[in-house]
Parts: sequence; structure tokens; C-alpha cells
Amino acid sequence: MKFLDEYRDAETARQYAREIARVTTQPWSIMEVCGGQTHTILKFSLDQLLPECLTLIHGPGCPVCVTPLELIDQALEIAARPNTIFCSFGDMLRVPGSTADLLSVKAGGGDVRIVYSPLDAVRIAGQNPASQVVFFAVGFETTAPATALAAYQAARQGLRNFSILVSHVLVPPAMEALLSSPNCRVRGFLAAGHVCAVMGCAEYEPIAAKHHVPIVVTGFEPLDILQGVLMCVLQLEQGRAEVENQYARAVRQTGNQPARELIRQVFTVVPRKWRGVGEIPRSGLALSEAYATFDAARRFGLTHRTVPEPAECLSGLVLQGQIKPPECPAFGKRCTPEHPLGATMVSSEGACAAYYRYRGVAALAGA
Amino acid sequence: MGDTLDFTAACPIPIQQYPRIQLAHGGGGKLMHHLVEEMFLKAFGDETLHPRHDSAVLNLPPGRVAFTTDSYVVRPLFFPGGDIGSMSVFGTVNDLAMSGARPLHLSAAFILEEGLPMEMLWRIVCSMRSAAQRCGVQIVTGDTKVVDKGKGDGLFINTAGIGVIEHPLVIAPASVRAGDALLVSGDLGRHGMTIMSVREGLGFEATLESDSAPVAAPILELVAAGVEIHCLRDLTRGGLASALNEIAQAAGLRILIHEKLIPVRDDVHAACEMLGLDPLLVACEGRFVAFVPARDAARALAILNRRQTGTAAVCIGEVACESPPVVVLQSVMGPSRILHMPSGEQLPRIC
Amino acid sequence: MCLAIPGKITSVAGEDPLSRTGRVDFGGIIKEVSLAFVPEAKIGDYVIVHVGFALSRLDESEANKVFEYLKEMDELADLKEPSP
Repeated sequence: MKFLDEYRDAETARQYAREIARVTTQPWSIMEVCGGQTHTILKFSLDQLLPECLTLIHGPGCPVCVTPLELIDQALEIAARPNTIFCSFGDMLRVPGSTADLLSVKAGGGDVRIVYSPLDAVRIAGQNPASQVVFFAVGFETTAPATALAAYQAARQGLRNFSILVSHVLVPPAMEALLSSPNCRVRGFLAAGHVCAVMGCAEYEPIAAKHHVPIVVTGFEPLDILQGVLMCVLQLEQGRAEVENQYARAVRQTGNQPARELIRQVFTVVPRKWRGVGEIPRSGLALSEAYATFDAARRFGLTHRTVPEPAECLSGLVLQGQIKPPECPAFGKRCTPEHPLGATMVSSEGACAAYYRYRGVAALAGA
Repeated sequence: MGDTLDFTAACPIPIQQYPRIQLAHGGGGKLMHHLVEEMFLKAFGDETLHPRHDSAVLNLPPGRVAFTTDSYVVRPLFFPGGDIGSMSVFGTVNDLAMSGARPLHLSAAFILEEGLPMEMLWRIVCSMRSAAQRCGVQIVTGDTKVVDKGKGDGLFINTAGIGVIEHPLVIAPASVRAGDALLVSGDLGRHGMTIMSVREGLGFEATLESDSAPVAAPILELVAAGVEIHCLRDLTRGGLASALNEIAQAAGLRILIHEKLIPVRDDVHAACEMLGLDPLLVACEGRFVAFVPARDAARALAILNRRQTGTAAVCIGEVACESPPVVVLQSVMGPSRILHMPSGEQLPRIC
Repeated sequence: MCLAIPGKITSVAGEDPLSRTGRVDFGGIIKEVSLAFVPEAKIGDYVIVHVGFALSRLDESEANKVFEYLKEMDELADLKEPSP
């Protein structure tokens, strides 16, 4: 695939690895924000190409992982209703709620369907006027424009049977919250490239300045990650704290204006609870008043309640980069992809699942 | 599918007064008898099929007997490169081939959903006939049941197969040895991604076709050439990752594979990238892995590639003797990681 | 988050910008995607596609920078440490 496979070239990767080793003179901890970046790092074993003193901390960039239990329970409640078609991205199907997950609701007779795009859910609503069709809108700013257009199209078509369970979250407030934590070990960031393709780079400037951390907007292929790491390390070594754009082939400084405009029309910024982290102000999106009729929580009269997490699950500490998954006592034993305690083990890009899948229980044995 | 089309052109649907399957077609009475006589017997031939007897009586050649069964529930029923009928024949023939057996006879049991169009059943039955002819097997016995509308998803097929083993090899994980070469018979992931391409909600346009095909003939050629086959495994659900993990566990040996050697077609690669799937976990239908002594690898590949159309059979790794018995994948970047047994169905992702 | 892959626009349809769609070729796989957010994109352009939406037109002039960057680093290193 053009503009993808070239960025997996092993020889260039090795050159980057040599260059990173050459310029690194002291230990640094860098966080890659996005779960997709974590996925690439572990799938291609990029962390094994880096010098020992460089640590990559896996950040909270997994919207599936950070969707709070309450919202998953609301999703399960809707999906179990008769005459209701619940549409979701595949990622969410195995994420555990308090007692079940969407796959088990499906097994129990719920009409749960995997969609590739939010517009597929709008189409299903048009084809099934006798059913209520609900779309589970999970994702960061990258996915929000797609949900926004789905809401816009539904409004234009006058669909009365379509609604959205909104769980969109925003990256910069999460980074800010992380950096304000007293135990934060992160000295530099690889920011999420596709989030910035939508939102641009400007909102990271105040974060870099306030906390004196370099932030490199980075892509998702191995060479992107390696170049991002190199650029970040160079800034750290030189004492700089700037926002740089490694992923310039896809990211413009001002982002995507039509997408941002539609997000502004369809959504409003609200506080949002992040699973394992807690509530972060102004870190989520909810439907604006103009589109409130499409809000599934309102339409189905869902109650808001706080659900406590299983006590044993340490996904919060993992998400904050304070521990690596193998350091959790439950990892690989009571918590596996088949029996996950928290979403970081279930989501294919959650830090724990990625570690389990690409490193294995042998990591515990130091093999 | 050419054979099937010719056959149906010559023989229109034999049961035209019933456009759809009814409950009575599974009831044991006249309607069922009519269905069996006019459809199944017409398609599968009745030299050895005795519908009024509960079992087919066969004369088997001397040798060990291989026996297998499999059920087929694929959706959609028809897909580029095949259908549930051809799959049900090839799949069971291939299972027999995995012990190096010469496949001989199949049974075919149908669970039909009330309301299934008769024309659709006939197309599937004709496809099974063509597939059986291509493999040189006879469908000699069968069964028909009908379930209420809404309880059956169209139809399900179970086929069981008998083959004869005409060589002294024990082809099984227990025969795998450290140092064995691991061969794969062709490119991965075509069947699973083809099904995905026609799946409601996730579909895309592609020239992808399922790799559903019989593999008994090339394996029997390996046997005839005296290749010391230690183990064979067809790659179905769970893909390469599943098959190799099962063998590593059963053999108690570590398997090493090299990512850069694993063949994946560009369009399968693109489809996997789009949906966030790993081709090593995607189902195939006409592919197998073979464990042979290193000294036999080149000869085995030459035999397999003599008749190959499409991607070649290649060596992708070897067997080691370290513990624990896991599958280790050397990434294109150099370092290695563990390739796990897939946990459940791989789902498309956006993250 | 954000699995998004590059593909080439092979045809375009729709008058209204927000309902504009295109057929995008991802190296043998074709999918119809929304071009609502890339009004400037045209046939022959590469776009980055996430959940059926093109989010960004790929800037081909930037695409090689990943490789050129290393060469620049090499040259800088040579300047700082002249060979004996």
C-alpha cells in the first residue's frame, strides 16, 4: 500500500534506532498518547530497538479503555431492549460493563451490529423505520467529525428512530490532567497524529509551555514513531519544549476546518469521567442543544449512576503511565483477554492487551 | 463454478411445485422422500446410495482408515470463489488429507430452515456434486432435517468423511521434531477477507476470492514422492496463529516463524489494514502448513509448486527445542515477539 | 486511537459539499468514503480515511521527509565530527 508500506522499511528503522542511540545521553520517559501508536510499537517491537535508558510509557489514548463503566452499562441496557438495533464499532463489543458485555447481550437476543462507519448506522435507521437504531459514538476528536456528520444527515433526513450514545473524549485536557499529577513521570509526548489531523497543533502549545514538555505530533507507522521519538529526544537533550509536527504529510497546523466547524455545530464540550482516571473538566463532547433530540441517554431516559471499578483492576495506574501491565499482580493470571478485569485488557489497543498479545506472559518470566 | 453452471443449465430445479422448503420436507413422509429422490439422489448419484437403508455399506481398500466430520455455517451462503456447498466438501476432504489419507466417501447432513428457496438449495447441492467430482469422492449417505423459520439461518451442512491411509507415516504433532522446516502452501487470509468483503456493514469492493479448494492431491503427491511428512494442518478459523499454537502445544516444541517470509497478497493486506485485522489470524480454506525434515523441504516445495497457480508455497520457519512451547514471530524489524493463540473472533476496530 | 489509512480517490460524486463521496482505492480494495471534510480533494489525490471519512489530503511533498530527515541528521553529524 502506497504511503503506508514505505514507512515499515526495516533498514531505515535500524538507521533511526542508531541515530536515537547516538543522541541519547541520559534516561528519558516519553509517552505515546495514542493506543494505535502503542499497537505499532509492540507489534513491530520498536521499543526493543531503542536504547535501554529510553522508556516509552503507554498513555491513555484508548477511547475504548477510558469509556466509563456507567456508559457501557447504559449501552448494554439499550442493546437489550426489544425493537432496538444497537450499532457499534467492533472495538466495544468485548469491553466489560458491570455484569456483561455487548457480545453477551447479542448472545441473549439483542440486535447488536458492528458498523464500519457512523453513516452505516444512519442507513440502518432509514431501512428499519419500525426499530430504534442507536449508534455508540466512541472515540477521540478523530472520530467526532464522523459522528457529527451522522447526526447532521439524520437531522436532514428527519429520522425519528435514530439516536447516538455519545462517549467522545478530548486529548489535550487528558494530557493536562496527567501532567498535573504529582506522580507523573512523563518528560515528553508523541501526540496523536490523527487527532491533530482534525484539530491541528495549536492547542498543544500552552501545554508544552506551561509544563515545559516537548510535544511531537506523530504518525502511526514504525518510521513515524521512530522519527517522533528522535525529534522528542533531541528536544529533551537540548532543553527545548516545543510543539513539532512529525506527521506533516497528514497534519496541517490548523487541522481540518470543515471538520472542526461541524464539531462546533453538533457538539458542546462537557466534563467527562475517564475510566481509571476520574472526571476531567471540559474533556468530553455531548450533543449540543440543536441536536439534543438525537441523544440516546435522553431518549431512553437512562439514569446516571456511578459504578465502582473492580478493586483489583489497576488500569488507572497503567493509563497514567505509572506502572507497566506486567507489574500488575493480576496481569496474565486473573486478568487475560478471555477474562478481562478492565478495558485495558479487552480493547485490542489497550496497553494491557497489547502487552499480552505482543509480549506474552513470558514477559513475567523475563524470557 | 463453471461445472455447476453447466449442470444446472442441463437440469433445472427438479422440484418445481415447491418453491420453498417446508417443515414437511424433513418430516419423513412423502415430501421428504420426494426431496431426497428428486434432489439429493439426482445430484449425488445413487450407485451406492440406498435411501431406504439407514447406512451405506462400503468396501474399503486395505490400510488405516481416516475419519473426520465438520459442520458448515458460513454466511453469506454464496461468496466470491465458493459457497457453503463446495466448502463443505473441500473442508472435509482437506481434513482427511491432513493425515495423508486418500479421501473416498462423504456423508452430507442438511439442516434446512423452513422457507429456504428450493432454487438456492439446488444450487448448493449442484456445487457439492461438482466439488465431489473434482476431489474424486462419493457422497454416499446423508440426512435431512427442517427447522422452523427463524431457527436456522438458511441452512447448515455437516459432512463426515472416510479416507484410507496408504503409507506408513504417522502424520501428527507427535511426529514433529526439532529442526523440522515449516512450509505453508500459499498466501494467507483470502477466505476470511473475502467473507468480510461481502459482510453487511463492513463490505468493500475487491477482486478477492475465497481460497476454498481441495488440497488432497498435492499432499498425496508428497507422500508418493517419499517426502517424510511429520505433520500437516489446514488453516481454517483462527488462521496461521491458531494452527501453529495448537501444534506447538501438542508437540511440546517451540516454533519460529519469520514475518518477512509469510506470503500475504496486496489486496488481503490492504483489507486487513483497513479493518485493523492481523492476516496471521484470518481464516483460510485451501491452505495448509506442513512440517518436514529440513533435508526434504526443497523437494517438498518443488512438488507443491509444480501444480500451483497463484502465490507459491514457501518455507516460513522452523521448529526449535526450547521451552516453553510457544510460537515466536521474528518481526520484519528484527526483534521477536510471541504470536499468541487468538482469543475469540477477531473483530474489526477503529482504534 | 484512530486507525486511518491512505487511499487514492478514483471517482467523486455529489454536489453538496457535506454529501460529497468518493471511491477510494486502498491498494486493491475499493471503498466508498465521505469526502465531506476534504472539499479540496480531487480524483488522483491520496487521502487518509478513518471510519469511512477522509480526514486529510495527503501532502505528497511531505511524504518523503521521514527519509530525508535521516540524511540531514547524517550531514549534521558529519559537520560536527569531521572524519579523521
